Amino acid sequence: MSQAPPAQRASLLGERPADPDGPQNALQAGWTSLREALHAEWTKLRTLPGTIWLLAGIIAATVAVSSAATAAMSCPSRGCSVDPAKLSLTGIDLSQAVVAILAVAAISSEYSTGMIRSTLTAMPRRTTMLAAKAAVVTGLVLAAGTIAVLGSLLAGRLFLSSHGFTPAHGYPSLSLGDGPVLRAAAGSVLYLALIALLSLGIATIIRDSGAAIGTVLGLLYLSPIIAAVVRSPHWHNDIERYAPMSAGLAIQATTGLRGLPISPWAGLGVLAAWASAAVLGGGLLLRLRDA
Amino acid sequence: MTAQVTTPYRPPREEARDGFAQLLRAEWTKFRTVRGWVIGMVVAALVTVGLGLLIAGGGSSTCQNSPTGPVLSGAACLPPVPVGPGGQAVTDQFYFVRQPLAGNGSITVRVPALTGLYANGATAVGSPMTRGLQPWSKAGVIIQASTRPGSAYGAMMVTGRRGVRMQDDYTHDTAGLPGAVSAASPRWLRLTRSGDTLTGYDSADGTHWTRVGTVRLAGLPSTVQAGLFATSPAHSTVISKSFGGGSTSGGPSLDTAVFDHVSLSGTSPGAAWTGDAVGGQATGGAASSGAGSGAGSGAAEGFHQADGRFTVTGSGDIAPLVFDPAGSGFPTSTIERGLQGAFAGLIAVVVVAVMFITAEYRRGMIRTTLAASPRRGRVLAAKAIVAGAVTFAAGLAAALVTVPLAQRLDRAKGSYMLPVTSLTEIRVIVGTAAVLAVAAVLAVAIGTVLRRSAGAVTAVIVVIVLPYILGIASVLPVGAENWLLRVTPAAAFAVQQSLPAYPQVNAGYTPTAGYFPLAPWAGFAVLCAWAALALALATVLLRRRDA
Repeated sequence: MSQAPPAQRASLLGERPADPDGPQNALQAGWTSLREALHAEWTKLRTLPGTIWLLAGIIAATVAVSSAATAAMSCPSRGCSVDPAKLSLTGIDLSQAVVAILAVAAISSEYSTGMIRSTLTAMPRRTTMLAAKAAVVTGLVLAAGTIAVLGSLLAGRLFLSSHGFTPAHGYPSLSLGDGPVLRAAAGSVLYLALIALLSLGIATIIRDSGAAIGTVLGLLYLSPIIAAVVRSPHWHNDIERYAPMSAGLAIQATTGLRGLPISPWAGLGVLAAWASAAVLGGGLLLRLRDA
Repeated sequence: MTAQVTTPYRPPREEARDGFAQLLRAEWTKFRTVRGWVIGMVVAALVTVGLGLLIAGGGSSTCQNSPTGPVLSGAACLPPVPVGPGGQAVTDQFYFVRQPLAGNGSITVRVPALTGLYANGATAVGSPMTRGLQPWSKAGVIIQASTRPGSAYGAMMVTGRRGVRMQDDYTHDTAGLPGAVSAASPRWLRLTRSGDTLTGYDSADGTHWTRVGTVRLAGLPSTVQAGLFATSPAHSTVISKSFGGGSTSGGPSLDTAVFDHVSLSGTSPGAAWTGDAVGGQATGGAASSGAGSGAGSGAAEGFHQADGRFTVTGSGDIAPLVFDPAGSGFPTSTIERGLQGAFAGLIAVVVVAVMFITAEYRRGMIRTTLAASPRRGRVLAAKAIVAGAVTFAAGLAAALVTVPLAQRLDRAKGSYMLPVTSLTEIRVIVGTAAVLAVAAVLAVAIGTVLRRSAGAVTAVIVVIVLPYILGIASVLPVGAENWLLRVTPAAAFAVQQSLPAYPQVNAGYTPTAGYFPLAPWAGFAVLCAWAALALALATVLLRRRDA
């Protein structure tokens, strides 16, 4: 802590920087403390050895699984009914688990080591601390997710065009200039960011890393399994519409949009609702409970 | 001079203190005294049961027997389903031109022609049917215990695209001469009965006969029904969609076979041939009426006899009833459907089993554990055994409760529960518990390797659950899906498959419909191999690394 910047040291000592604008004092102080919190969280996450590996893991998992899926698919000459953009982004199914590890570890490692008590002593505004954590984790996931999605689309473009997905079969090569493909790509990056927020919120509520990650993965991965076996079409549609994974991944669809149980942006909205509920619940419990 | 030798006092050795049993007891004590782990196991059992019942009880089927009739729901919708000699549900529908056969005898025919018609779901109602045979359109000679659907039989037949076959008791199928039937290359078929043994022969010319197979039908009565038959299963085409898997479209089909050179020995002289539509109205989507007026002559079930030539037209199938969510005319269900809740249980089990080892690292307890028992491999073995045994007990209890309850619920909601032998039912229940137990062992091993809860829990869940999701999601080509369910730990869920895939029935045998590429215990062995590998790696790392 001896190396902390002056502003941070000042806040540790409970001082506020001198502020010429009197009425704006509280707001200014809020912003300052958020900036300091962001800086602190960024330092914590940046200096953990696992973070860089997890970020690399997000990229590697997405690109590897996407490439394998597109390399396995071939379009026979009589035509095929495949959504090339969705197929090229199959790796998101795996990398969301890596995102969940990153986000869960960001908060639960503090609980397991007792670090959370130091953190909250230094930053008594608990919701600010959580907001800062959320911002830093989301920022990192957005950066890694962008690289991962671009890499997957590039791999998909290379593999699919050599497996019969040619303009002659009605499949122009994947390009971000194409509106739906751009939406699928940007949406997949946002999807990963929302999964990070959902995981962070759940980990704040549950606090134990193992139980938290189990809950997150159960919430994500169980819905497609249940949707596959329920008989009632109503239940099936409701699961596809309101479960975080199936709703959120609707953003990847570029063909057959009319047959989707939920429209792409509405699906991402459902996931956003899940994520904000988790983060708000986590924030509330963080304020109410002893650390 | 005598030397006084004093032996120093040694306390009596306590034999059992460093024994393996002691180690097991220590690990069991650790497990049962951590409240969170015990709660976790109870939760695993409860979510398995709860989710299973939710799946089984979700959605009731409704039907109307006539357009103006009352809307029925649930079990009232089910048609009667015959059960074959092996105890499995069967389809037994065909047109049968028969004579009673008392005692031993033989029937020989020549089949110079087999043609077919089918309706496609895409074509409008009332439009003419399309010409063409189904791969398993069947016609030939049959000896059946009685005309009651589901009775024992043996038959020699020509098929649409699978050559000559000998089939018996719905599930057995033996190939004979290959190739299609035409006037230029007719097929001769012969079936002889001696006691309760039937022997089938085929020939291309009527002089050189080859024995195709011999079957023993236990308890065949002395008087049986022998004669000619024709039947054709519903036409189906799988349309793959980019979302939510494939759907099938199809319609009923008919086939018409011409028989000549018919000779039947062993019957009473002068007996007349009678024709019956065995099994009545089709259950599998094939219909005997509405065959299409524009399709030409012989388009309805029946037979025609002139100058020793028989023309027989039939529809239906003589085959086991398979679980085909897309293809059957009424809802069918399997006993393992209610066990899908085991995936939720699996996640809880993995969390508990991983923590069983990672909590020791987090709290530093591992140093005490290893000081008390320096043989590290044995510590890991004891942990794996305790985690596996506790999980097996919890999983077995959950499966034992779920299967009968889910079956009852599913039946009440109007599904026909495809019957299986009690041995299969035991395999499905015990297998589910065993899969959870081995997954727990895998989780302990991965937890030892990674030493962090979040990473280990994710790794185990991802290697088991994600391949299963990708395997059933119909996003990947079927080849890739089958590969995933063959080499990844997800292969273990094959142990839940209660019904085999029959090659002689055309159906969507996809992972989505619950048909796995590996045999039940082979799939389970794949998971065991993964767990053994992980345990070996964990043992090596535990010995080499500082705790």
